[in-house]
Amino acid sequence: MQIYLPIAEVSINAFLLLGLGGFVGVLSGMFGVGGGFLMTPLLFFIGIPPAVAVATEANQIVASSFSGFLAHFRRKNVDIKMGFVLLVGGIVGAAIGVQVFALLREIGQVDLLVKLCYVLFLGIIGILMFFESLRAIRRSKNTSLKRPTKKRHNWIHNLPFKAKFRTSGLYISVIPPACIGFIVGILSAIMGVGGGFIMVPAMIYLLGMPTKVVVGTSLFQIIFVTAFATIMHATTNYTVDMALAVLLLIGGVLGAQVGTRIGLKLKAEQLRILLSLIVILVCLKIAGDLVLEPKELFSLDMGIKH
Amino acid sequence: MTLLVSFLITSNAIAERLVAQLSKEEVAITANFDGSEIFIYGAIKHENSNKTTDPLEVVITVSGPAEKLHVRKKSKHAMIWLNTETIEIDSAPSFYAVASTGALKEVINNTENLKYKISIREVIRSIGNPATIQNPTDFTEGLIRIRSENKLYQDLDNSISLTDETLFATTINLPSNLVEGEYTIRFLLARGGKVIDQLSTTIPVNKVGLERWIFDLSRQQPLIYGLLSLFIAIFAGWLASAVFRNIRI
Repeated sequence: MQIYLPIAEVSINAFLLLGLGGFVGVLSGMFGVGGGFLMTPLLFFIGIPPAVAVATEANQIVASSFSGFLAHFRRKNVDIKMGFVLLVGGIVGAAIGVQVFALLREIGQVDLLVKLCYVLFLGIIGILMFFESLRAIRRSKNTSLKRPTKKRHNWIHNLPFKAKFRTSGLYISVIPPACIGFIVGILSAIMGVGGGFIMVPAMIYLLGMPTKVVVGTSLFQIIFVTAFATIMHATTNYTVDMALAVLLLIGGVLGAQVGTRIGLKLKAEQLRILLSLIVILVCLKIAGDLVLEPKELFSLDMGIKH
Repeated sequence: MTLLVSFLITSNAIAERLVAQLSKEEVAITANFDGSEIFIYGAIKHENSNKTTDPLEVVITVSGPAEKLHVRKKSKHAMIWLNTETIEIDSAPSFYAVASTGALKEVINNTENLKYKISIREVIRSIGNPATIQNPTDFTEGLIRIRSENKLYQDLDNSISLTDETLFATTINLPSNLVEGEYTIRFLLARGGKVIDQLSTTIPVNKVGLERWIFDLSRQQPLIYGLLSLFIAIFAGWLASAVFRNIRI
């Protein structure tokens, strides 16, 4: 069944969009990522104009992350206080990111920047997470070896403005989470993603938050940052396609629920190794696009103000 | 309804004239719009017998709203393919189809093609490119290639049927990725490579129903539109969560 998208001005099969939404939704629920890092490139691939894809994806992530968030919230797996600290940084970052995006769009390099960001961040995070998870799995199999129970004490614990994050069982400065939120905010505006795939590992490895709490807290922050981005895109670029968003989010919210349940059944290490493999795969695909000679050297840019 | 069309008399000793009609008055873009086709037909009125032996030919062009755009070219720098050169196209139609009774090159000679701007290359207007661009025509060719692949630019040689040098008919397929606006349809009558009569009409392409409503809201009330999009997202997220809470998998 074909459907004509009023803002994107293309006709696409509705079931394809529902399916894409569902697939990405499952990942969203499982890993606490918005799924944008997969969905945005997929939307480019099926012929949605990039500006519409990025803006509409922000809107769709609101739905899937809200759905996933509620499931985690009921299980008390959300550190609201930590979420707010991340959010403050995130909103500031997103506002700056939108400006950077507009500037690069003008000189025609937004495509390159987006792809380089993907390759760099997905590559580093994917590889780090993969090896860490492998070590964790090996450790848990080898029962004779004692798990290191010592809490890491590094420079992060010497910063001022300390606060108690009860749900996470942490007493740390608010500066590192605010900085993480800020960086994620910038990247989410530039890359058209929620930023969960960066935030989740940062919360685990930099802040030392328990994996159980990380997913729900990440979703909490993503809801607000992407909602902010949706409004920004709708009012400045008119690129949010409601019809496209509805189709993606129907699949997305259902998928997120299924994903959350799958996620609860898997062990944290297995979850992380799966996510790391997906991240590395997407990274390789995008890197390939940059390095291999494209079939069409020319591209059109219709976004010129008359 | 017969579309009343303007006659452009090219000479006072005109021998043949065009009359034309379209199968529909407008193209409505609905939610399940998946392209459309327009059947275009008409007749040639012979007003006095002409002794020339060259056969009559008909050319029909359909063009969508023109727009300004950038064409960018990638080249390899330090292992990476990136956009390095850009030219601005001052005006290019968002859709363009040229149908003719024969091969366009034979039906219309080069001078007439330039004068009447018939072929796709003549319609695309690009002036004042930076001197650093060595082959600006490559960019225009790139534009034509990309749009042709998306069926937005169509070269339709030999696609008009002409019976007894009087009745002509053709079908133009409009793809699903159409842009809204007034589409201009031009009819050109040619003999011996020269245009002897031309007329033109327009057909509106418009979004209707829900498509229209969504589009208008997004332009006229962007904040309300954005908030409504968010509301739908939050509601859908909550609904799925509420439903799934009661259905244990």
